Amino acid sequence: MSLIVNLGIAKTHLLSKKRQTLVAMMGVTFGIGMYLLMISFMSGFNEYLEDTLLSATPDIHIYNDIKSDFSRSILDEISDSNEVINIIHHPKPKNITPNIHNPKQIIADIKTFDNVLAVSPQLSSQVFYNNGPVQLNGSINGVNILEEAKLTGLYDKMKTGRIEDLLKVDNGILLGHGLATKLNASVGDLVTLASPQGTSMSFRVVGTFQFGLGTLDNVRSYVSLKSVQQLLGKDNQYITDIDIKMKDYTNAKSLAASFGSKYAYKADDWETANASAMISINIRNVMTIVVSFTLLVVAGFGIYNIMNMTIQNKLKDIAILKAEGFAPNDIMQIFLFQSLTIGFFGAILGLILGYLMSCGVWNLPFPKNEFISITHYPVTFHVRHYVFGIVFGMLTTLIAGLMPSLKAGKIDPVAILRG
Amino acid sequence: METVLKATGVNKFFYEPEEFHVLKDINFEVEKGEFLTLMGKSGCGKSTLLYLLSTMDTDYKGEIVINNYKVTGRKQNELAAFRNEHIGFVFQFHFLLPEFTALKNVMLPAEKLGKYSRSEIEDRAYEKLKMLDMQDFAKKLSSKLSGGQAQRIAIARALINDPTIIMGDEPTGNLDTTNTQIVFEILKELSGHKGQTIIAVTHDPEFAHKSDRIIEMKDGDIIKQ
Repeated sequence: MSLIVNLGIAKTHLLSKKRQTLVAMMGVTFGIGMYLLMISFMSGFNEYLEDTLLSATPDIHIYNDIKSDFSRSILDEISDSNEVINIIHHPKPKNITPNIHNPKQIIADIKTFDNVLAVSPQLSSQVFYNNGPVQLNGSINGVNILEEAKLTGLYDKMKTGRIEDLLKVDNGILLGHGLATKLNASVGDLVTLASPQGTSMSFRVVGTFQFGLGTLDNVRSYVSLKSVQQLLGKDNQYITDIDIKMKDYTNAKSLAASFGSKYAYKADDWETANASAMISINIRNVMTIVVSFTLLVVAGFGIYNIMNMTIQNKLKDIAILKAEGFAPNDIMQIFLFQSLTIGFFGAILGLILGYLMSCGVWNLPFPKNEFISITHYPVTFHVRHYVFGIVFGMLTTLIAGLMPSLKAGKIDPVAILRG
Repeated sequence: METVLKATGVNKFFYEPEEFHVLKDINFEVEKGEFLTLMGKSGCGKSTLLYLLSTMDTDYKGEIVINNYKVTGRKQNELAAFRNEHIGFVFQFHFLLPEFTALKNVMLPAEKLGKYSRSEIEDRAYEKLKMLDMQDFAKKLSSKLSGGQAQRIAIARALINDPTIIMGDEPTGNLDTTNTQIVFEILKELSGHKGQTIIAVTHDPEFAHKSDRIIEMKDGDIIKQ
């Protein structure tokens, strides 16, 4: 009963000062609206980047890391180290092969792990692309294209041509979109590749692909494993990399470490491979949180100020209500309800504003550039962001309203009524 | 006659700006249905005494009993509930809530009491307004009323819960002669026929002399009853 009466008074207060109520609400609305815009846009961008990076890098990459320490001699193994010291002057490496030994057994073993979805053996090498007068530096990846497609989602990334044609056409090649543009090569054209050893081979373009990252699309191409082995003059067991895709990529780090020690080759997980990108994603997340928090707190201070002002203007009313028999708790309820109402409706309007602004940004064209190929700003619409917005909005108004309301409850009516 | 209010050994000090003994060992009783006025010069402590009796000021020594209920030493919430039911206030300034209609202002203390249903409260409020000849102004916003009208609404508000005591702090202090006359007649009627006790602080000797009893104060003492 008492609560209903108090709420009635609060409602009348709010409605009789519509403009002030509206201004207070707008503080919350803008705070939450901007927070939503910020977080939707930032998380959209981060998710886009993470997706792109994930599809462009394998979850785990096993390769033979080139060692630069040649000071240890094989003589150390057979001589007594207490009596003999072997010193090598001017060590010069000769015929070091960067390939992975015994790849078939390793791949078979990796496939026994439950978490592993696909394994793709690769042979990659630096090459020169020649098409007429154009010469470009790049890399070539010899792959089993069907396994590789499973790893990278290559089917979705194709711009022209078909993946399967790589299996049918003798010496076919899939070119990165940027690379194909620079070489002015399209499906059906011949391009000549020169290996670091000086050998060269001609390939027929069967398709182009685009990952959306300039660093890949401008240098990478896919051919069959056999073609690269042929280009480099190696046997059919010669591979340099093993790429692994997992069912749950969040476990990549620990599995990579165990692969690394098990096979005695270097094994990088996707987070390590993209460390700099991951850092920038983290920094953006922290910034988003800090700015969002600030926006919401500023909205809270707005409410705090307005409630303080309202209470200053209503000292007489508070005094007479107390004289009539309203207890300190009743007075507190009256004013707390006002600030919560402002917070609630302000937050709801803020959600709507935030949604509309996010839609607006989503429809903005993204400035064209070489490194990332997106047409519009990436924006996410996650329910959890909206729920957080309304919960935090209500929480700030609760705290901001509580202090002035408690103060109002403690006002001494005698001093005011006596004038 | 039944005693409705009893003050025993009431002492009150002000500490700001310096210690000052405002009320010095006040003892008096009020009987049911009495129309009592407190008189005295400015600063004699009559208003201070009234606010002690009103239960809003709890910082004093001594004991006050109203309607056989010891109000001294009670908690704020208990006192608020007690005021709601047993004490009605009329001040020099009407202190109506400006956002509410006259009717709603009258109804609020009854809604807080919660003894009657909403429609009953509205009927009772109309009844009180009729008694004060203010029924035509019921739906008007209280900020749109004249001083005399507002004061009559304030009296109706004081009466809504049929309180044991009506306390007035210079209830006619802001009114012209006509309105003073009207307000006095209303209060007289209440104490005479309805048996309600009235305690009013006043500066107006004419007003005081028409009441049942005058307590005259000087420098914190009662000098004449």
